[in-house]
Amino acid sequence: MSVRRLAPKELQPESFSFTPENLAWAKEQITHYPPGRQASAVIAILWRAQEQNAGWVSEAAIRFVADMLEMPYIRVMEVATFYTQFQLKPVGKKAHIQVCGTTPCMLRGAGDIIEVCQHRIHHDPFHLSADGDFSWEEVECLGACVNAPMAMIWSDTYEDLDKDSMNKIIDGFVAGTPPKPGSQIGRQYAAPEGGPRVLKDGGAAPHAKASEAPSQPALSDNDSKKASESANAQERPAPKAPAADATKDHPPQGGAPKEPRKSKEPKK
Amino acid sequence: MLDDKDRIFRNLYGLDDFGLEGARRRGGWDGTKAIIDKGRDWIINEMKASGLRGRGGAGFPTGMKWSFMPKENKDGRPSYLVVNADESEPGTCKDREIMRHDPHTLVEGCLIAGCAMGAHVGYIYVRGEFIRERERLQAAIDQAYAANLIGKDNIHGWPFDLYVAHGAGAYICGEETALLESLEGKKGQPRLKPPFPANVGLYGCPTTVNNVESIAVAPDILRRGASWFASIGRPNNVGTKLYGISGHVNTPCVVEDAMSIPFRELIEKHGGGIRGGWDNLLAIIPGGASCPLIPAADCEELIMDFDGTRAVKSSFGTAGVIVMDKSTDVVAAIARISYFFKHESCGQCTPCREGTGWMWRVLTRMVEGRAHKREIDMLLEVTKQVEGHTICALGDAAAWPVQGLIRAFRPEIERRIEEFSRKATLDDQGVLDPAHLVAAE
Repeated sequence: MSVRRLAPKELQPESFSFTPENLAWAKEQITHYPPGRQASAVIAILWRAQEQNAGWVSEAAIRFVADMLEMPYIRVMEVATFYTQFQLKPVGKKAHIQVCGTTPCMLRGAGDIIEVCQHRIHHDPFHLSADGDFSWEEVECLGACVNAPMAMIWSDTYEDLDKDSMNKIIDGFVAGTPPKPGSQIGRQYAAPEGGPRVLKDGGAAPHAKASEAPSQPALSDNDSKKASESANAQERPAPKAPAADATKDHPPQGGAPKEPRKSKEPKK
Repeated sequence: MLDDKDRIFRNLYGLDDFGLEGARRRGGWDGTKAIIDKGRDWIINEMKASGLRGRGGAGFPTGMKWSFMPKENKDGRPSYLVVNADESEPGTCKDREIMRHDPHTLVEGCLIAGCAMGAHVGYIYVRGEFIRERERLQAAIDQAYAANLIGKDNIHGWPFDLYVAHGAGAYICGEETALLESLEGKKGQPRLKPPFPANVGLYGCPTTVNNVESIAVAPDILRRGASWFASIGRPNNVGTKLYGISGHVNTPCVVEDAMSIPFRELIEKHGGGIRGGWDNLLAIIPGGASCPLIPAADCEELIMDFDGTRAVKSSFGTAGVIVMDKSTDVVAAIARISYFFKHESCGQCTPCREGTGWMWRVLTRMVEGRAHKREIDMLLEVTKQVEGHTICALGDAAAWPVQGLIRAFRPEIERRIEEFSRKATLDDQGVLDPAHLVAAE
């Protein structure tokens, strides 16, 4: 858990209300849920409020959303403080950089990326830079572990970073010309560096161009109903069996694997 | 190695069109009506026969989970399908690729799963940070609505509405009951079970929560037949699986391959080998941060599936492998995982709320060796006190990596403690001064 509080009074704007487009969008979101369950839309609507309010959620926005969804203020306040993607203080005008610092990114050098942010923005997270244009924070896993280290700025992720590319990205945001999101070393999304090793022809579609599309979809023949031999051909080291293989002595009985667990009796 | 023909996610790397046209070209939405016309019992039996185990980490058989849903809704409560796309565990990044490059497998899977469990409404709960992925998924759903593939009066004859909901950065919402709380617009704090969601779930109605991958593989399994899926891998661990390889390998990537692939083959074929060669391997975390680590000695013959990882006292999780080579400060790596769980604890149960922070603080001291040797046992004891004494499994998930560290790297921790004491000078307030330790905690 982390302690999260609303910004001090002097930073809070007087009022908040949605632009007409956002209001219509929010009303549409409510229709996704059964009648009387409009509270379900609170996260989506607060998120939109954050986007409209320069990247952070103000107290006025919380009150506005609560009134709109007929929820007690405290319930919306709880949501805003529980979910860590809601920023409760003003963030950088040009960019708020969220650097992933969790183990997979850390192993590949997230520390360097954080250093760049500390050096160029502010030593501490959540503090605005001197000109108020930038801020940064270390976040918990952004879900691009194979493209580590990575950072997220507004809606886009910047992946496969190093010190240089992070500096370039910050330069880009300073100049107002952010670089292309995604891998900064030219990888094809989550494929290995240097190009995919499997699925090289763009999926199992033998016809890469739409104009050559076959009359029937791929894999509609009986051939697809059998696994090809190579599926189970494995280069396994000569099986020195099974002292290590529990399945020999204890054949699996199905169901979820149960971790050994101590009895629930309290320990003396 | 799996042939391309046997892969389910044929646009994993986004080389082809993600949209409806591309999906149709790859075989998606083909014969969906025929599958739905065969009825829910056939679908559930086929899913059971395929041996698919849930891909979210626990490995519960998917067909059986679907069969828990009530056959008819006598009391007028509707059934809901909820898809868990709140993928937030460090090391796991497979669902992201499905959502942004092959979203129609998921949309089609939702329709079929909805039919199998008698649900006419489905929600896909995507983690808040996946903004572009959410947009892609929404675009795919819009295409499916426009082509009348889903919706109130669609061509498949099973009325089904599908919505995307999202969170805002809380790992705990990947726990199924916390996800339901979040979907109801509350803080994501897990509920006590029982009652299980299949009886009392979203809005108090029967609900099934499935992982993205479990749902997205369903259409292909039903099209190609359960025996196709069951023939890949070894018994009880069948099918294909998305593996994520991150950390100290030459080419980290996400790849789909057969279950029960040897770890070494997975790393050398797809991950490009360990950085600095196989002998440079220190340890791996096989399936996302909550799994205990496996030291290199056990990786030699490790088979990547539920039973293979269990045999070396770890768990398969989501198959997001984190590889650590010998340059890794393994205590710091696990301390960082502990910090993650401290940060993500929802604060509901005391053992987890207090224990996660406590474990992190002790581990942080152990990174530099500023601890007593007896504290290693104390730490182990605390993990046992947290494990199993909380409402949800986050307490367990926080305890396991620490237990794994102590099991495999106790000598390393002791070495650091010794080294630290050796360096300590007499007037250095001493590591043995209890007041000093308390202050450090």
